[in-house]
Amino acid sequence: MAVAAARLPVEAGFLRVEHLTKDFDGVGAVVDVSLDIAKGEIFALLGSSGCGKSTLLRMLAGFETPSSGRIVLAGRDLAGLPPYERPMNMMFQSYALFPHLTVADNIAFGLKRERMPAADIRDRVDAMLRLVQLAPYARRKPHQLSGGQQQRVALARSLAKQPQVLLLDEPLGALDRKLREQTQIELVNIIETVGVTCVMVTHDQEEAMTMASRVAVMSEGRLLQVGAPAEIYETPASRFVADFIGNVNLMEGTLDVDEADHCVIGCADVRHYVGHGISGHPGMRVTVALRPEKIHLSRTPPNFRDFNAVQGTVAELSYFGSYTVYHLRLPSGATLKVSQANTHRHRDDPLTWGDAAWAHWSRSAHVVLTH
Amino acid sequence: MDAPTTLAAKLRTRVHGRWVVIGVPFLWLLVFFLLPFLIVLDISLSEMGTVRPNELLSWRDGVLTLTLRFSGYSLVAQDTLYLTAYVASLKYAFWTTLLCLLIGYPFAYFMARARAAVQPALLMLVMLPFWTSFLLRVYAWKGLLSPDGWAWDLIVGLGLDPVLVALGLIPAPGKLMHTPFSLVIGMVYTYLPFMVLPLYGTLAKLDLRLLEAAQDLGARPWVAFWTVTVPLSRAGIVAGSMLVFIPSVGEFVIPELLGGPETLMIGRVMWDEFFANNDWPMASTVAVVMILMILVPLAVFHKVQAEAQEPRS
Repeated sequence: MAVAAARLPVEAGFLRVEHLTKDFDGVGAVVDVSLDIAKGEIFALLGSSGCGKSTLLRMLAGFETPSSGRIVLAGRDLAGLPPYERPMNMMFQSYALFPHLTVADNIAFGLKRERMPAADIRDRVDAMLRLVQLAPYARRKPHQLSGGQQQRVALARSLAKQPQVLLLDEPLGALDRKLREQTQIELVNIIETVGVTCVMVTHDQEEAMTMASRVAVMSEGRLLQVGAPAEIYETPASRFVADFIGNVNLMEGTLDVDEADHCVIGCADVRHYVGHGISGHPGMRVTVALRPEKIHLSRTPPNFRDFNAVQGTVAELSYFGSYTVYHLRLPSGATLKVSQANTHRHRDDPLTWGDAAWAHWSRSAHVVLTH
Repeated sequence: MDAPTTLAAKLRTRVHGRWVVIGVPFLWLLVFFLLPFLIVLDISLSEMGTVRPNELLSWRDGVLTLTLRFSGYSLVAQDTLYLTAYVASLKYAFWTTLLCLLIGYPFAYFMARARAAVQPALLMLVMLPFWTSFLLRVYAWKGLLSPDGWAWDLIVGLGLDPVLVALGLIPAPGKLMHTPFSLVIGMVYTYLPFMVLPLYGTLAKLDLRLLEAAQDLGARPWVAFWTVTVPLSRAGIVAGSMLVFIPSVGEFVIPELLGGPETLMIGRVMWDEFFANNDWPMASTVAVVMILMILVPLAVFHKVQAEAQEPRS
């Protein structure tokens, strides 16, 4: 899934955020956030609206002053540096292109402020237009372009000054779904070609996972987990992260057995056999997180029914084309979400509403959350 | 399927409705602007009779005769009285517009940037003077600018009157009334709201993220103001300037009350032709030339408006 996952951090600690806090009238918009972003990395801040990710980005750009904490870029503390002196450029949400300037003049705007010689500006603008494949549109005004083209002008404008850090605020939020998927890959390719360090803000987990090498999940101003997309998805550190990223079944239970190589957790409908220890104590309350796609569904009972298997009835099913999501009603009345890839065009005996079915999963399918 | 016919019927009613909406003001302008203008044009080309101008068309010796008299226009071109009055009108209208812009722009700017809750109150304050008669407000300036009026005390007290003398705005220290100075004060005071309101309209609509984008790209706030705010408020600047300039050129009351002998403007000349000389054709000629002078800036205004609203392609 992750296009950019192969990118390795080259130089750790290039952009450091240290205990950054921002209060608005006593309410913490960002609370004690520390980050360490490597040079050349694409780093995503992911969270729902109002989680503080945009405030954090605006502090990086210099539009908001931190209440406390530091932002250090390549060893230099950025405190007190106004936006127009920071070696960072932002691609704004819905682009904020200058409507009275042509595409070329929009891209040249930052270069003119540097008092770059006119010939150099022309060369740089041409190079940027080629980079985003908009050379034929140089003389157009922004309102004469499509949404996707405007997005590329915004990107070219923010890259023209060759910033040390590129800030992206909901870079694809204004595009429709089909265009978004294509643009994600294009955008990552351009950023990688330029080799700029990139911090992006998004509420779209797919966008974060596809584009970023590392993702930071934020909620209520706090940083909940930082890691590679696969790490965040497969080993969420908390109920919130497990629930926020993708679909998940969360089951409350009690730790019965806890050995070095396995543990057993008893829940209302099923006993879980987990293929690793969790160094807890028996009787401890834990939550088991189980992704719907890691569960198998069959009419016939599995070989082992003592653990990791439960029978239920299909209460609801949603067909998504490439996969189907079943809502299985369990004996306790709880619902188990199961997603099955539709690998065949026609099933002989497809499961339907009211059918009884067995759900079962492997010993490595779970994530045990102790808080 | 009767859906298309219903849609067509709907469209038809909508088209009728549109004609009514456009037609009423159109008819108004036709009856109360174009026709009177044609009458004025007619009079300007007529011979003055004993009581009223002669008809352009007349039966003379059994022949239908059209008599056009262009002597009024040649007189306007030759007699320096008219030229001086036109130049004075344009000059005072220009300074009034410029001062209104210089005072009105920051005013509108900070009004548009004020907290949303305060903005209606500020807007109210701009319009408050309209609640008092225009004539009374202009008369009030007579008192304020006469010796021992508040404004007179302030200006003379601060020792500003020698500066005004040096600028040629007043003839001697302490004499503020009936000078170009008092005239321009009165005109700027009267027309300022007409500058502020359209400017406020465009500045309030300005997307503040554009200024952030400019700063992000290295523009200091002052540079961002000149490269983004000013160009994007051009429509408001043009609209406000036209609203001030056009009525200023033909202004009659303010120069009459606050102006002096050296501030003879075209409105006064027209008045004299009509009521002192009883020369209707000459007065009409002066009026026609003035309208032509105003039409030029109006044409510029429309061109700019059309450019601002250029269709999306």
